[in-house]
Amino acid sequence: MIINGVSIDDTFAEAFGMKATRVLITAISHRWARHAAEAMTGFATSVIGCGVEAGIEAELSAEQAPDGRPGISVLLFGMSSKALGKQLEARVGQCLLTAPGSAVFAGMRCDKTINLGRNIRFFGDGFQTSKLIGNRRYWRVPVMDGEFLCEESTGYTSAVGGGNFLILAASQIQALNACEAAIDAMCRVPNVIMPFPGGVVRSGSKIGSKYAALPASTNQAYCPTLKGMTDTQLTPDIESVLEIVVNGLSDSDVRTAMRTGIEAACGLGAQQGIKRISAGNYGGKLGKFHFHLHEILA
Amino acid sequence: MTALTLTLRDKPQHRIDMAAVSPDRLSGFRPEDVARLSLHYGNRRVQLGEFFDITGKDPHDLIIRNSCGLLDAIGAGMETGNVSIYGNSGDYLGWGMRSGTIEVHGDSGHWTASGMQNGMIRVNGNCGDFAGAAIPGDHQGMRGGTLLVTGSAGDRTGDRIRRGQILIEGDAGDYCGARMVAGTIAVLGKVGIAPGYGMRRGTLLFEQHPASIPATLNDCGEHTLGFLRLLLDSFTELNSRFSQLDRNRLRVRRYAGDLACDGKGELLVWISH
Repeated sequence: MIINGVSIDDTFAEAFGMKATRVLITAISHRWARHAAEAMTGFATSVIGCGVEAGIEAELSAEQAPDGRPGISVLLFGMSSKALGKQLEARVGQCLLTAPGSAVFAGMRCDKTINLGRNIRFFGDGFQTSKLIGNRRYWRVPVMDGEFLCEESTGYTSAVGGGNFLILAASQIQALNACEAAIDAMCRVPNVIMPFPGGVVRSGSKIGSKYAALPASTNQAYCPTLKGMTDTQLTPDIESVLEIVVNGLSDSDVRTAMRTGIEAACGLGAQQGIKRISAGNYGGKLGKFHFHLHEILA
Repeated sequence: MTALTLTLRDKPQHRIDMAAVSPDRLSGFRPEDVARLSLHYGNRRVQLGEFFDITGKDPHDLIIRNSCGLLDAIGAGMETGNVSIYGNSGDYLGWGMRSGTIEVHGDSGHWTASGMQNGMIRVNGNCGDFAGAAIPGDHQGMRGGTLLVTGSAGDRTGDRIRRGQILIEGDAGDYCGARMVAGTIAVLGKVGIAPGYGMRRGTLLFEQHPASIPATLNDCGEHTLGFLRLLLDSFTELNSRFSQLDRNRLRVRRYAGDLACDGKGELLVWISH
């Protein structure tokens, strides 16, 4: 398959089942909501080292937000509800409770819930108060700029993490340009996040290492500087490879995001140095979600 | 099926206990069964048919016409259905109600919504004293649901209320929210003396400064409270003056108390625009 001169590999991305939740962060302005959201989703690129994968899903207008203030929607993905809940509480406590004017609300209604403000409330040292409005309980925690308002819990759902595609280009800057185009397009897709810096990862990994202590290590088959000494997947004209990893609330969301991103990247075409699109997998043995590039783009 | 309609023929001499008359309790009853239903009337028992004309068949929608203030405990403990009352209702309206709706097109008596656990009671008129309050012997008053009064409420509204909300479009009497355990009481009219006296938790939200505030509720100053937006948003479904309030009206003067009883309650008075 070739799109705009870009070759699409006949391969698939292999993704895994995860647990995900959405929280809505509001503040006095978008600027401060974003500060809070960026702090909360910082150091959340991969569950391997961060415990959770998180990112900003969308900006909310005051009309869309629960308390009529500007907001940010954030998605968090963990390998289990327990791990997700633990990370969520830690991040609410350290990043949202501390952010001026912030409030946080459940962004997902499900039967299954994890704590949002249920334990954070104890920061109030006995001065915290709850408010049951409808069937939702909120906690009001006195803080130095007024009150930190947080919903008691939020729902979580089964989700998909690890959807990905690789952009293989003639130079690093051309690969990055294609990634920027892809991320700009994918950011408009609901229910997904791209958890790596700017949505892009350059250190694609393989499972295992020659060093016993490491669970993962560099994927030498895609390292352009090793083309002459490994079983490389790169042709001589490829000098740089970048990966976009996407997590979504469903496989259909991931599929939509991948298609959107690949089409945007291919939009630059071979003339802009975009040579190939590929995807990362483990032979189909580890993840139950397989996103075949040719099917997605058909 | 048409709504089951009970029309009171004449005003009774004594009070009638209507606790047996609710949509769930009449479920499956034929009209003749409804007519034979035994009710307490003063110090004796009578059949419902002695006082009411009965039309319609569907007890899920129960209508009581020509009602008067001597019909007590309408909708007590009801778990489903809708009750519409044309005329006044007696005391204990919706006592211990668990679900459903009751609408009164008239006034209601004392202890309206006492022990209510869920559902909606709307009084298109005034209600008596102890609305949503605990009856003697009970530790807690209203425990959930919404009582909306388009007129005024008497004294001790929400005495010992535990959960739920009481919304008064008109005035409230003295000791509103006294001994309140938790929940919300909002009043758009005037409020009498000593609201929140002995309150432990919960929110009193007033349009006007009350006639007096207990010494054990302390002034914490003026604040913009974000949770009020959520509360005001929750009113938007109501066909009420509460649904017409400016949802951005979040500025209040906050009194915390009752400091003699935990002090985790609050009395909020909206700051005038």
